[in-house]
Amino acid sequence: MLSRVAENIYWLARYIERTEDTARLLSVNSNLLLDLPRATQLGWSEIIAITGHGERFDELYPNRDEASVLSFICGDLRYAGSIISSLAAARENLRTTRDVIPREIWEEINQLYLSVRDQVESGITPRKRDAFLNRVIRSCQTVNGLIEGSLSYTQVRTFLMLGRQLERADMTTRIIDVRSANLLPRSPEDLTPFENLQWMSVLKSLTGYQMYRQHVRLRIRGPDVLRYLLQDRFFPRAVGTCLERFANALMTLPRNETALNEVETCRQHLADADIPTLAKEPARLHAFVDEIQLDFEELHDALVQAYFAGPAEKVQSQSQT
Amino acid sequence: MSNINWEDYRATGFYDELIAADGKPRPEAERLCQYLANLDARELQEHKTAAEVAIQLMGITFTVYTEGSMIDRAWPFDIVPRIIPLQEWQKTEAGLKQRVQALNMFIDDLYHDQKIIRDGIFPKELLEHSVNFRPQCVGIKTPHNVWAHICGSDLVRDQDGTLYVLEDNLRVPSGVSYMLENRNVTKRVMPELFASGQIQPVDDYTSQLYDMLASMSPRPGDDPSIVILTPGIYNSAYYEHAYLAQQMGVQLVEGSDLVVGEDDCVYMRMVDGLARVDVIYRRVDDMFLDPEVFNPASTLGCRGLMRAWRKGNVALANAPGAGVADDKVVYAFVPKIIKYYLDQEPLLPNVPSYLCMFEEDRNYVLDNLDKLVVKPANESGGYGMMIGPHVSKKERKKFAALIKADPRNYMAQPTLALSTSPTTIGGEMEPRHVDLRPFILSGSSTYVTTGGLTRVALTKGSLVVNSSQGGGSKDTWIVDAVGN
Repeated sequence: MLSRVAENIYWLARYIERTEDTARLLSVNSNLLLDLPRATQLGWSEIIAITGHGERFDELYPNRDEASVLSFICGDLRYAGSIISSLAAARENLRTTRDVIPREIWEEINQLYLSVRDQVESGITPRKRDAFLNRVIRSCQTVNGLIEGSLSYTQVRTFLMLGRQLERADMTTRIIDVRSANLLPRSPEDLTPFENLQWMSVLKSLTGYQMYRQHVRLRIRGPDVLRYLLQDRFFPRAVGTCLERFANALMTLPRNETALNEVETCRQHLADADIPTLAKEPARLHAFVDEIQLDFEELHDALVQAYFAGPAEKVQSQSQT
Repeated sequence: MSNINWEDYRATGFYDELIAADGKPRPEAERLCQYLANLDARELQEHKTAAEVAIQLMGITFTVYTEGSMIDRAWPFDIVPRIIPLQEWQKTEAGLKQRVQALNMFIDDLYHDQKIIRDGIFPKELLEHSVNFRPQCVGIKTPHNVWAHICGSDLVRDQDGTLYVLEDNLRVPSGVSYMLENRNVTKRVMPELFASGQIQPVDDYTSQLYDMLASMSPRPGDDPSIVILTPGIYNSAYYEHAYLAQQMGVQLVEGSDLVVGEDDCVYMRMVDGLARVDVIYRRVDDMFLDPEVFNPASTLGCRGLMRAWRKGNVALANAPGAGVADDKVVYAFVPKIIKYYLDQEPLLPNVPSYLCMFEEDRNYVLDNLDKLVVKPANESGGYGMMIGPHVSKKERKKFAALIKADPRNYMAQPTLALSTSPTTIGGEMEPRHVDLRPFILSGSSTYVTTGGLTRVALTKGSLVVNSSQGGGSKDTWIVDAVGN
């Protein structure tokens, strides 16, 4: 496969996964808000903090209320990480990979893009919010189903898998970060029942509640949930699982040594995590998530070097001599 | 609304492709016309909707630019096919083969001995002023001595029923994917009509194209590495590039995917490393092919490509420089070119042409601007032309000035009464003007598509068929009515 096409396919998978996970991120926040007492400081501002684009947001919107945040994250083309921007980017990537990707996938993404654009134009009210987010999540799942059922086991699928797993791992850490973004008072004794509620909510947003119950069979407790989401090797959205499947895909490619080393480094960081402390101290959890996300960036760079830009640079230096 | 009544259909003053002057369907169109007449208004609408849905589902699009942005539009398609009898088509096919063979000999001669100039048939100054002659190509030996491996010639029919060649597109002609897709759509919408086996199939094109490209490979072997070089998604024909790559199972590459190594061979950047490329079907214009030789700012091509080509390490289709014969002034010489190289009379007539570079012709053109179509020598897509009878005095004056300022760049032809074909407009059948673009492949042998792409001017009275300017298209049937 052409390096350029491989890169486009990798990004296509990332954009689709990002679309879905961004919808999930909003969903977990909405559900949390409904259940928490007004006394807690939790609001929509944390969502903006997690995107890392707070400054950009403040330039564009006067305050961080629900309507503005929803508009920014769902439908603002000026923010590259919004649902509409991710879909637009996925759609552009599909145009250049039309010859290798089944047509139904283009149709699904195209329809979703058009429907999201229409919805955004007519405004996403809190009443319509759930239906909207569900539509987005369902559609992305349909695309994954189409990939599963209609795409041959070639390098195309390998690069889709790499993109999807890395983005998913990244977004799972971001969703965990919702918990750490100073949601609750520093003395957890005050609000223990709500703490559990929050973790339950995080699990539900990752459709992990049932799987967790089957697997862990304990009452919902912060450290257990965190361990499950970071280290589990069976739940599809757990960071551990994502990395394992990422590594398996990588194994089928040539020149994978550097990238595999990066995967190992990241797995080691996960294994070494002091889960009970992280679950208690939001600031430390936040720092830990930051560290893991840096690992992901290293991983991405390793792919770029080996498969996307790698051969190109080698030749250029050749032809310049 | 009632059923279609062909008695009411009148294409006054024009030759109609389906309906004869007496209002009765031509023999080859009888079955189709009867089928259409049996549809009521609702059924006709259902057919149209089915075609629209098919086009949307199949994702058949073309790209247009509006106010600096790019829009993918659904391919404009009319469900009523245009029909040509098989016997007529066989003659046309022979004429196209003759024509393209002569044109290829002409191009090859221009880049080698220039015998045709020495023998005084083709004026030297025409070559000197040609914007599409590439001195960088002189002396190159191309596979099978062919330069224009893929040619799209535009045919039009005049009032008396004669088919004329209007122009030959020898650079990067497009439209063949739409010819193939139009047939797919029609088969979905009117499958009953294909049951008789009278309609000749068209879908052989992509395998013929593949075989032709493979035959050009500089490395003998069963599995040459073939790619299509596209300028990218912003090109209006990107859909076609992707379609052909998909149908032939070859890589669709952009300039940045290619690199020329120290060994002067072309490679593409693959996930597994570099892979040698043998044949490039390039859909990028000459001037953008290689910044080392042509436009230095171009990022659409590949540095060193011309070096690799000259050394015979890669084959290019069409060959750079083939456009020298794709020039509306050279066009006027084609009958002489056929006579000179093949010692034959042209089987397909040219439209009478006046070259403004010659004083006598120029004076005639300037005196008769209101009757003529004036065309710049090197524009395609219907841009920059003037249809004399349809424009204002002011516009004609503007063209007179343009011609005087640069006579070599203009030629003129009489306005032909382009034939019409029944087209669904609203719920009715109305005559609309059509042309036809068949595609000719030249390798070790020559292949002509069965029919071609019929383009139709959807606006009443309009002669402009280009999709970029409001034209549509139809499926084209070559029908064996006699054999039945």
